[in-house]
Amino acid sequence: MTRAHLVLADGTHFEGIAIGAEGETVGEVVFTTGMTGYQEVLTDPSYCGQIVTMTAPQMGNTGVNDEDPEAEAPAVAGFVVHELARRASNWRMTETLEAYLARHGIVAIAGIDTRALTRHIRDHGAQMAAIGTGELEALKEKARTAPPMTGRDLTGEVTAKAPYEWTEGTGRWGEEPAKEKRFRVVAYDLGIKRNILRCLVDAGCEVTVVPSSTSAEDILAREPDGVFLSNGPGDPAAVGHAIETVKGLVGKKPLFGICLGHQLLSLALGASTYKLKFGHRGLNQPVKDLATGRIEITTQNHGFAVDPKSLPDAAELTHVHLNDNTCMGIAAPSLDAFSVQYHPEAAAGPHDSRYLFERFTDAMEKRG
Amino acid sequence: MPRRDDIRKILLIGSGPIVIGQACEFDYSGTQGAKALREEGYEVILVNSNPATIMTDPQFAERTYVEPLIPEVVERILEREQPDALLPTLGGQTALNLALELHRRGVLERLGVELIGAKVEAIRKAEERELFKSAMEKIGLESARAHTVRTMEEAWAAVEDIGYPVILRPSLTMGGSGGGVANDRDEFDRAIRWAFNQSPVHECLVEESLLGWKEYELEVIRDKADNFAVICTIENFDPMGVHTGDSVTVAPAMTLTDREYQRMRDAGRKIITEIGVDTGGSNIQFAVDPETGRLIVIEMNPRVSRSSALASKATGYPIAKVAAKLAVGYTLDELRNDITGTSSAFEPTIDYVVTKWPRFAFEKFRGSDPRLTTQMKSVGEAMAIGKTFKESVQKAARSLEVGRDGLVSLLEKIDYRELRDQVRRLAKDPSAGLHLMPLTEPLEVSRAELQEAILEVVKTPLSDRLWYICDGLRVGLSIEQLQEATGVDSWFLDQLEQIVSEEEVIRGAETLEAAQLDRWKRMGFSDARIAQLRGAEVEEVRRARSEEKVEPIYARVDTCAAEFAALTPYLYSTWGERSESEPTGRKKVMILGGGPNRIGQGIEFDYCCVHAAFAMKELGYESIMVNCTPETVSTDYDTSDRLYFEPLTFEDVMAIVREENPDGVIVQFGGQTPLKLAVPLAKAGVPILGTSADAIDRAEDRERFDAILEKLGLSRPQGGIAKGMSDAIEVAERIGYPVVVRPSYVLGGRAMEIVYTREELEQYMAKALEAVEDADTQTILVDEFLKDAAEVDVDAISDGKRVVIGGVMQHIEEAGVHSGDSSMVLPAHALPPEVQGAIRSSTRALALELGVVGLMNVQFAVKGSRVYVIEVNPRASRTVPFIGKATGLPLANIAAKVMAGKTLEELGVTREVVPRHVAVKESVFPFHKFPGVDTILGPEMRSTGEVMGVGADFPEAFLKALWSASYDLPREGRVFLSVRDDDKQAACELGYRLRDMGFELLATRGTKEALARNGVEAEVVNKVLEGSPHIVDRLQAGDVVMVINTTEGAKAIQDSRSLRRETLMSGIPYFTTIGAATAAVAAVERMREPELEVCSLQEYHARTR
Repeated sequence: MTRAHLVLADGTHFEGIAIGAEGETVGEVVFTTGMTGYQEVLTDPSYCGQIVTMTAPQMGNTGVNDEDPEAEAPAVAGFVVHELARRASNWRMTETLEAYLARHGIVAIAGIDTRALTRHIRDHGAQMAAIGTGELEALKEKARTAPPMTGRDLTGEVTAKAPYEWTEGTGRWGEEPAKEKRFRVVAYDLGIKRNILRCLVDAGCEVTVVPSSTSAEDILAREPDGVFLSNGPGDPAAVGHAIETVKGLVGKKPLFGICLGHQLLSLALGASTYKLKFGHRGLNQPVKDLATGRIEITTQNHGFAVDPKSLPDAAELTHVHLNDNTCMGIAAPSLDAFSVQYHPEAAAGPHDSRYLFERFTDAMEKRG
Repeated sequence: MPRRDDIRKILLIGSGPIVIGQACEFDYSGTQGAKALREEGYEVILVNSNPATIMTDPQFAERTYVEPLIPEVVERILEREQPDALLPTLGGQTALNLALELHRRGVLERLGVELIGAKVEAIRKAEERELFKSAMEKIGLESARAHTVRTMEEAWAAVEDIGYPVILRPSLTMGGSGGGVANDRDEFDRAIRWAFNQSPVHECLVEESLLGWKEYELEVIRDKADNFAVICTIENFDPMGVHTGDSVTVAPAMTLTDREYQRMRDAGRKIITEIGVDTGGSNIQFAVDPETGRLIVIEMNPRVSRSSALASKATGYPIAKVAAKLAVGYTLDELRNDITGTSSAFEPTIDYVVTKWPRFAFEKFRGSDPRLTTQMKSVGEAMAIGKTFKESVQKAARSLEVGRDGLVSLLEKIDYRELRDQVRRLAKDPSAGLHLMPLTEPLEVSRAELQEAILEVVKTPLSDRLWYICDGLRVGLSIEQLQEATGVDSWFLDQLEQIVSEEEVIRGAETLEAAQLDRWKRMGFSDARIAQLRGAEVEEVRRARSEEKVEPIYARVDTCAAEFAALTPYLYSTWGERSESEPTGRKKVMILGGGPNRIGQGIEFDYCCVHAAFAMKELGYESIMVNCTPETVSTDYDTSDRLYFEPLTFEDVMAIVREENPDGVIVQFGGQTPLKLAVPLAKAGVPILGTSADAIDRAEDRERFDAILEKLGLSRPQGGIAKGMSDAIEVAERIGYPVVVRPSYVLGGRAMEIVYTREELEQYMAKALEAVEDADTQTILVDEFLKDAAEVDVDAISDGKRVVIGGVMQHIEEAGVHSGDSSMVLPAHALPPEVQGAIRSSTRALALELGVVGLMNVQFAVKGSRVYVIEVNPRASRTVPFIGKATGLPLANIAAKVMAGKTLEELGVTREVVPRHVAVKESVFPFHKFPGVDTILGPEMRSTGEVMGVGADFPEAFLKALWSASYDLPREGRVFLSVRDDDKQAACELGYRLRDMGFELLATRGTKEALARNGVEAEVVNKVLEGSPHIVDRLQAGDVVMVINTTEGAKAIQDSRSLRRETLMSGIPYFTTIGAATAAVAAVERMREPELEVCSLQEYHARTR
């Protein structure tokens, strides 16, 4: 067992045991409160650049498998757990979590008081941090001098290298999929999760994924029925080129955005975004659909939010977070565009919000 | 949408007496529900027959009816109160069944009472097996293959189709009552008859066995706007085949990936929607095939359940309170989470692991089958919270309070080969039971032999299986072998293996260093266990920890894994960097609870602890509760100012004392559990409130107590203390048989017996020492048995100067029946005034002499005009809540204030309150869960709960008490009488009265002759020993409507056993003491008179004042 440290930019440090890959890592330390789905968390591209703390204390119980990753490889900068399972047990398991972390080069730490860390983040905000087995002072310096998340565009690290077609649905894990593929959708990839693509397929879409460098013209040239704006990491305000692309799409085709996609749509419509103190990350976040009054228990993973007061007249607030009333969704009906801050594809997480994919196909249908 | 304004008055139904499968959790949910509804301004009318509950305290409802939970009586209450709505979902299966029956009879419709919380259709769909199954099919979910059967023919056809083994699930029973597993024709024949008998609709599901599959539960909630949330996931350590109430369970689910869990969640949502529960909570059980992940729906309870209480305590989310508010029209988003101030429409997430471990009482039920099946058998449960499963399971093990400091080894205590043989024997004869003699010297046995024995033993689910599994790991069985044998998931087994292998490290460590101590504590090892492993003194470990500064921290149960600040101090200990206890500087009093419920220490003590907390708040103290059972009101986060969910061991309590530094600690209210800590805590300098530890010792120590009696000129039955066999025989022969024998320092009369001969005494001594943990130091008390004496219980409060009698209660059964099992009447119904006077003055003298400050209970025996003191307990007793309900005097509350320094005069409590009405407490027994057990009452307590009947006179009160205890008293038919010689006189009188009412009599020869001599006609019937056709044949033929059968002496008792068994099987009311029989005949007479009145406690109390 090798001792390791997690050091925060404000100098707070925790001592634990090094697990996963050897080495050091720097990233923004955040926590997520989901009790299941660590494999999905690890592979969610939106966590790029972040050191993710799991508040659930025992991780790795079910190992890892081939079906559950949300991307080809893990995207997190680092991983913090209270305890890692020595033995995993599950009928689908192919590998232990520890082996998986090591194989994918993820630097991680176990054996720390994750609740104390979580409370610290809650009280003092998400901040840069470093994990390593080396000198404490050197680590501290790295955490202190690392560039903060605000102002960072990380989409380039997680977007597709080239366009590709996606055909897989949720299969045995989902509802009965739509029989025929009636809509052509271009998914604008800023770090898209596979389950979003699967849900689009289930909803009857033929999906082409394009890199974030793709221009609006190139997207429209594919003659899609609608364009999907994906989730992704980093500060939305910093992703200038993507905002431009979205501006070029607004009003031309039905648009549906999730998470970063939602923020980019809002920015493109003229609204502004801001950084939350410690964000919303977990599988139990209550959202109210203002049109129906229904509550959805949602998966969330975001550190920035749209300021609802800054929304232009063309857009309206459609969903709010029940805990802090933050903006959880907008729509610009005249422009056939809508978006949500949370993750209706929910992998991991509850399936309460899958109806939004249908809302998207309805919009395409109407327009069609 | 806010609350409904079209309803104003709501009737809430409780769950009745504590029985296996339906316990304190419904007091917790009912109390929360009543509070929530009143908070909203509704008028709450409450009915529950159980006086030991907090919910029936008069301040929780406008009017509280302690009346029988039967349709006729509740109908009278509905007529009298004319409520707008009835909420049946917080009172367990009892309330739900009652509501259905009232609906079926058209009562609700006639009186315009709306059922809220769950609609009739929803209840039926969830509860009736066939409807449920087809509902599941409709929404595309799989349930186990099964057939609903109503006749033996259908049953045989079903089992033919499904193949053995099969599971039997009778309709509309609770706690799996009447259910079981059948592996072959013989077992099936026996099991299906019992199942039909137990189902109120004579219906049973014969189901494909999913033995060995993983078992999960979801606690879900849904509102009328179709908002849905999963409050908690629970994973059973024990796989399918063991009732979830008897399984060790863990929250949250530990071995599901998110995909698998979400599939279960989706199923949960579909189920609650399809069943139609649209304003409340439900519990849904699933089975998962460990090989393929195939998901099967087992069942659903459309109401708050035992698991919802567990889920509420495990997460901090108050399910019952929220369910009550949803029932009156709120939606989830309109409610706030008390703990964080955020929305109630969310799913709690937790950053710790909760383990629930059931507690059993097989030792009290000789002849019961100790194997765990689909019918629940446990009587209570402990819950523990730890950061990991390892910490949590070890804390749970010591919370159970079975004399084990965690996951200790039993290898030196039992011979596993012997256990294996006994388990084999059980397969042939389920009533053979387990009788393991503790080993006196180390065994000569090879490791291979042990491995083989343990591997066979763990295949059968037994209450101690988790310990056996650990021993299996200790002797080198592999995780794979144990998984194969038990079906327990290998992740759990590996966690246990980590604990077991660490034991070697603890044993071998040369010194006690911080890093190691910290590691062991994180794995849940108690100081006592570490000391035991090292052959050291506990104090050494404690000292090392203190020097190395390895101390626990306290974290909050906050529903949100620290995402938000928690406003409520609901705490558990763990090991980490930052404590969140934030003790206040207020004046504070700590109350130690009773731990897991068990026979002899149940809800009555929790009631007292809750009152102590209320009393401290009223006096302006901060109240701090320490307890470890999820079922009760005491562990509700808003009962006290601060709640520590912790084991009640010296180490765990002292750690809290250090954290909080309380001004006083109350140990006298939670029963024997906290009382045992009185002396060690006092020695450690902890300020114990009220009666001193020394006074407690003076009352419990035989010699010191005798000195007091002598000084006060009081008499007690002759007796002596014996150490060992020859000593006991000597004492017994000096006094003369029969004698009462029992180990000293036990509660609930455990292992107490009346022996009539030397031979019986020898048998007893051999057996009694088997049941005690520290057999070598155990002393046995041998006392004169006062045959036919009347027994009396007195509860009193003293402030050291003044003594106020709370109540003088006369037992209905004669001496020889444990006071916790006998029925009692208040005021005493048949004691001459001078005897009552002597009892009161003796009580006062004893309280003042002992220096009691707080509560005291005295038991007296009265023979003729002589009064004997049987025992004195300067602490809360089981009868305190009963007196509170009967007289309106909240003894526990007053006593707690006295302990905090108030005088009785200051509190305005100076006179005994003698009610003008009559209250009867009747006990309720779990014999239905243990078909092989003899039902005769004796000095060992076996009841799980109690009911109260209140009436204008004794017969009326007793009749109501019997109804509440589910006696189906006859109006006509044939009564069987067979009594011992001493009772013949009284039996003739009863015979005469029964004949007078038109009953026919059936009697055994001796009794028949006695009756004939007194001119009472009766038909003779053979005893069983006299050959067919005998009485049991007649019972089976349905010829008999009531049984009065008194016996004495081991042989006569043995001979009449099959008779009692048959009455139990056929549900015929039976009375085994002449006292109870006399009262019952009076009750039958009363039943023939005009209809009974119902009346609320508030009205009774007002009349008394």
